[in-house]
Amino acid sequence: MNWLNALVQGVLLGGLYAIFATGLSLAFGVMRFVNLAHGDFAILAGYLTLSTASALGLSHPLATLLVVPLMAGIGFAGQRLLFNRTIGPDPLAGILCSFGLGVVIQNLLLEKYSATDRFLDAGSIETDSFKLNDSIAIGYFPLLTFVSAVVLLGALQLFLSRTKMGRAFRATADDPKTAQLVGIDDKKIYGIAMAIAFGTVGIAGFFLGARETFAPSSGPSQLLFGFEAVVIGGLGSLWGTLIGGVVLGVAQTFGNQLSVGWNLLAGHIVFLLVLAFRPNGLLGTGVRT
Amino acid sequence: MTEVTLKRSSPASRIGSAAVTGMFVLVALYPFYGNDRTQVTLVEVLGYFSLAMMWNLLAGFAGLVSVGQQGFVGIAAYSLFALAELNPVDPFLSIPLAALITAAFSVPIALVVFRLRGGYFAIGTWVVAEVFRLLTLEIEALGAGNVQSLTAKNAFDGYGVELRKDLVFWMAWVLAVGSVVITVAVLRSRLGLALQAVRDNADGARGLGVNLSRVRLTIWVTAAAWVGATGALFHLNSATVTNRDAFSVASWTALVVFIVIIGGVGSAHGPFIGVGVYWIITEQLGKQSTLRFVVLGAVAALMAVIAPKGIAGMLRRWRQFEIFPIERRLVLKEEKE
Repeated sequence: MNWLNALVQGVLLGGLYAIFATGLSLAFGVMRFVNLAHGDFAILAGYLTLSTASALGLSHPLATLLVVPLMAGIGFAGQRLLFNRTIGPDPLAGILCSFGLGVVIQNLLLEKYSATDRFLDAGSIETDSFKLNDSIAIGYFPLLTFVSAVVLLGALQLFLSRTKMGRAFRATADDPKTAQLVGIDDKKIYGIAMAIAFGTVGIAGFFLGARETFAPSSGPSQLLFGFEAVVIGGLGSLWGTLIGGVVLGVAQTFGNQLSVGWNLLAGHIVFLLVLAFRPNGLLGTGVRT
Repeated sequence: MTEVTLKRSSPASRIGSAAVTGMFVLVALYPFYGNDRTQVTLVEVLGYFSLAMMWNLLAGFAGLVSVGQQGFVGIAAYSLFALAELNPVDPFLSIPLAALITAAFSVPIALVVFRLRGGYFAIGTWVVAEVFRLLTLEIEALGAGNVQSLTAKNAFDGYGVELRKDLVFWMAWVLAVGSVVITVAVLRSRLGLALQAVRDNADGARGLGVNLSRVRLTIWVTAAAWVGATGALFHLNSATVTNRDAFSVASWTALVVFIVIIGGVGSAHGPFIGVGVYWIITEQLGKQSTLRFVVLGAVAALMAVIAPKGIAGMLRRWRQFEIFPIERRLVLKEEKE
């Protein structure tokens, strides 16, 4: 019965990883850009939520509603001012620029907030749960996280497939040169895509911070989890991202069942196995660069 | 009739090579005329130079942008500990052995991470380094994550403190010089020609029969061995192995990446310049300061965007030159019968 519980909790945990992965997946899908500071920006969002809440006397969930558009603004500005200059056939500049930024963010956060563990307070929903049976209890907060992941991915899918701007996104992703010919400003599309990606980073920062404590150095491991969810699910598939997150979450909770030290290790090993035997991921279309 | 000859060297590369050789000779003799404090700093500078040369070879020439160099350092550090402390192997002999062990691990790692490209390759190498870090936490014999020491009783049996200090210095010197020799040798060889062809035009190079994955694997394993040796030496010098420090992305990847970006990615002499900048900034801000990472990281992040070829690239815009004889210039000579 413990295994069944681990399965349920793992699936719900997968929702958190899927939210992390959404922004990575979008940025890679639209502009082939991999932001190595993705996790650090999520941690930055967590600290911004703390500071906004205490400055304005708001609860943490309310402060998040302000931080998400703020993060989107940072993403838009970062893309227009910095990352757009790195777009090209050689991914080196983008990788190195975002890697450097990540280190800068970690150390600035360390200067300002110290290395003490912090957490976000989402109210009583954080600990409340309902019982499925004697051994399985579902927490409202993990459930909310999972539902948010599904809504977020669904909304993004609808946006990309049904709206005019979504069409412009797909056109730019397929062929920026031709998209320009029909009047699409690719640099602007990239800016908007990064704004959306950073908005999801802000959301991810909230759900992470309310689930567990975080510190200035917590970013990289979240980057790795998000990235693993993308690769396990398959590059270029948004719903694959959700499945990837779930597989990773279940691998971690199962690993934890085996031995406490094995939760992270089991997740990484499942990722390496998928990479070795199904390099295009579970639902991947085989988009590679 | 037109005769074509291949020129490898130029006046600049002859002067440059002579200057570098002279400088390395002066450095080699440092323990005979220098002071202790600078000698300790020089070990670090030489070590970082070696790491930077290897990362430059990987990222700048082979297109393998690894941010998992800490994996190689960690594997080598624990290999050194296992060989020299837990077994009666000589500590200085343990360094090349640790390098071999690291190289052996790098082959199966390559089989997995080489499936990824670009930014995803980078994160993939990071995951692998993390896997090895977590695995060492589970191994009781390696201390299960507790701080382990190389003791005077076991590891350094027969080595006095003074002798140890000078041997560490000369070993760091050998690693630094070796990293230059490897880089120049690779770039002058067919392998290097293939790499530069792939860098400039991957599809075109493949069309001419360049076997990309074999070239990349050779560079990968070579760099793994050399990074392993350097990492093992750093740990022999500190005589402690800590899980967090041995697998530190900040120490073994971030600083190295910053040195190479600032000096010039894809330029054989870029790391010379970068390590100089690193040395100055470290002396000014102190080794422990977070400000050092902020300054180096911000400069590197900006340079990656506005001056992607680093300081070496800026110098080259001013005047085209190579310090090492790695160019290939065709010289046409008109000959009259």
